[in-house]
Amino acid sequence: MDLHPDFTPNPVQAAIAAWRSQPGALLPVLHAVQDSLGYIPRDAIVVMAEALGLTRAEVSGVISFYHHFRTTPPGQHIVEICRAEACQAVGARQLEAHAKSRLGLNYHQTRADGQFSLEPVYCLGNCACGPSIRIGDVVHGRVSEARFDDLLAGLAIQAVELPG
Amino acid sequence: MTVRVFVPNDTTALAMGGDALAQELAAVATQRGLDLELIRNGSRGLCWLEPLVEVETARGRVAYGPVSVADLPALLDAGLLEGATSHPLCQGLTEEIPYLARQHRLTFARIGVIDPLSIEQYCDHQGFRGLERALQMAPAAIVGEIKSSGLRGRGGAAFPTGIKWETVLNADPGQKYIVCNADEGDSGTFADRLVMECDPYMLIEGMVIAGLAVGATRGYIYLRSEYPLARRILDTAIERALAAGYLGDSVLGSGRAFQLEVRLGAGAYICGEETALLESLEGRRGMVRPKPPLPALKGLFGRPTVVNNVLSLAAVPFILDRGAQAYADCGVGRSRGTLPVQLAGNVQRGGLVELAFGITLRELIEDFGGGTLSGRPLRAVQVGGPLGAYLPATQWDTPLDYEAFAAVGAVLGHGGVVLFDDTVDMGEQARFAMEFCAVESCGKCTPCRIGSTRGVEVIDRIRAGDRPEANLSLLNDLSSTMVDGSLCAMGSMTPIPVRSVLQHFSEDLRPTDNRRR
Repeated sequence: MDLHPDFTPNPVQAAIAAWRSQPGALLPVLHAVQDSLGYIPRDAIVVMAEALGLTRAEVSGVISFYHHFRTTPPGQHIVEICRAEACQAVGARQLEAHAKSRLGLNYHQTRADGQFSLEPVYCLGNCACGPSIRIGDVVHGRVSEARFDDLLAGLAIQAVELPG
Repeated sequence: MTVRVFVPNDTTALAMGGDALAQELAAVATQRGLDLELIRNGSRGLCWLEPLVEVETARGRVAYGPVSVADLPALLDAGLLEGATSHPLCQGLTEEIPYLARQHRLTFARIGVIDPLSIEQYCDHQGFRGLERALQMAPAAIVGEIKSSGLRGRGGAAFPTGIKWETVLNADPGQKYIVCNADEGDSGTFADRLVMECDPYMLIEGMVIAGLAVGATRGYIYLRSEYPLARRILDTAIERALAAGYLGDSVLGSGRAFQLEVRLGAGAYICGEETALLESLEGRRGMVRPKPPLPALKGLFGRPTVVNNVLSLAAVPFILDRGAQAYADCGVGRSRGTLPVQLAGNVQRGGLVELAFGITLRELIEDFGGGTLSGRPLRAVQVGGPLGAYLPATQWDTPLDYEAFAAVGAVLGHGGVVLFDDTVDMGEQARFAMEFCAVESCGKCTPCRIGSTRGVEVIDRIRAGDRPEANLSLLNDLSSTMVDGSLCAMGSMTPIPVRSVLQHFSEDLRPTDNRRR
């Protein structure tokens, strides 16, 4: 089939096309969709289920099982706070309380202004230099309350500069 | 003459500012007209010194750390590029740093030394020699070598790796798989991550050898999504290994195929359990499967499958290259070889410590760890991740050995050692163990799914002073039910940390206002 050079399939179709012939395709497809859209829209579930020969319930069941997958749009920055023991030993519980109050969010919530989502994470593998957080794909170590505020301030500056 | 300067590129070095430091160093070098070659190596695993900058000199590599961007001008003025030792951040020759010099690095011998993605440097440091030898051997001989080495699964269960391989070798002919469990979810552990980020070809080599040994032509690395950097490095390493002929349809022209790909998990601790991992790889919820059938006979897509932890597979190239005896010569009793321990939490000198089995926990936390980061007295040490016991001072003389730990009701697990100072509320830690199980349980069996939630509630009642005696006895009952009635280690081991708190730190389970704090 000749495709018009400008044709770009939507991310859901592209993910399906890339993976459907592979065994165990569902997780890679879900990752690909979420990587491009930021979340997995309800409409995508129908398309993926049909293409992979699964029921919608099966696809929804997989999405809801894994903490990483989300069905609502995330904020511009996803802030993940490590809640696991090695970070607890160096003040993760206090950092968690500080992050919640500073962002005005509980876990699994996104701010109304769309700037931030707050998520818990159980270990980022930076256990000798905690407390650790992850913002996007970047892990930060030894995050004190002051450093957390600095990191947020850095993001806010970017957010102001970017559009324009 | 061009000076070679190393700035590590693993998650911890980056989390401590490694990238900004490397950029600044490059910029300053241009400004000052310095003749240096900047190499992004892996981490030496001396995490408290990250970012650890090394400079190559005639005497060997000289280390400086932890280096911040702000330190750079003064360091350069003090003679960084000549390997000058006068600056307070200078740690001397890297190889002579006691923390490193006292280790017995077999698996981690190359780590931090080389550029992780350079096949040339990997080969210059004994890389792919084990594979070359394995290609000359019959499958049963490779399996025999692993059996004689005494290697036991480093993921936590400590099952003899050679026996697992033998089962897969002797299983039905046809499609077989090698699955690497890289779902390193235990808090306090990062050894798998270091292998993948700092020496990925070692893991690839170990998996190809496993494939040759059991007749598997396809491998998957099931990697947790919390490790995005490991993902990028592994993907690139696989691409380059394929181009260089170490993977593909005919490994090094032998006519034997091995294809390898990385598959990402999605934030589910239970997928570190091998059958849940297989379900996840097949595209389903990570629900634990009953055993039997063993994955070795009926694993991925119903086919015979070796499921091994990263560290188990990473130990394989050494064993094939240097022989089973060289590996078995280390260790004590039935715990042969070395154990990569990870020192974490409230610790002065956190990092990766690879040692022969047998050193005591106390030597590890005092001699290597240097005590707590806060400087306050050490109170509890959790070994083996969230399903491992909290050990009180009276147990710190236990040697690191699977059997010795089992004898005191503890586990070595994946070798994570997490220190807590005396500000820890052990009641809170017991509660968290149950809470974590409630969050991460796959839900397949009732004792784990419901028991964990009830466990949180009972601990809350005890801590609130609500009929503490009756509720403590209920908590013990509940723990027994979880131990006896759960399908996998998640439910059956969650009571281990809880019971260790009941046994050794019961004062912290009294109502909040009656406690010493």
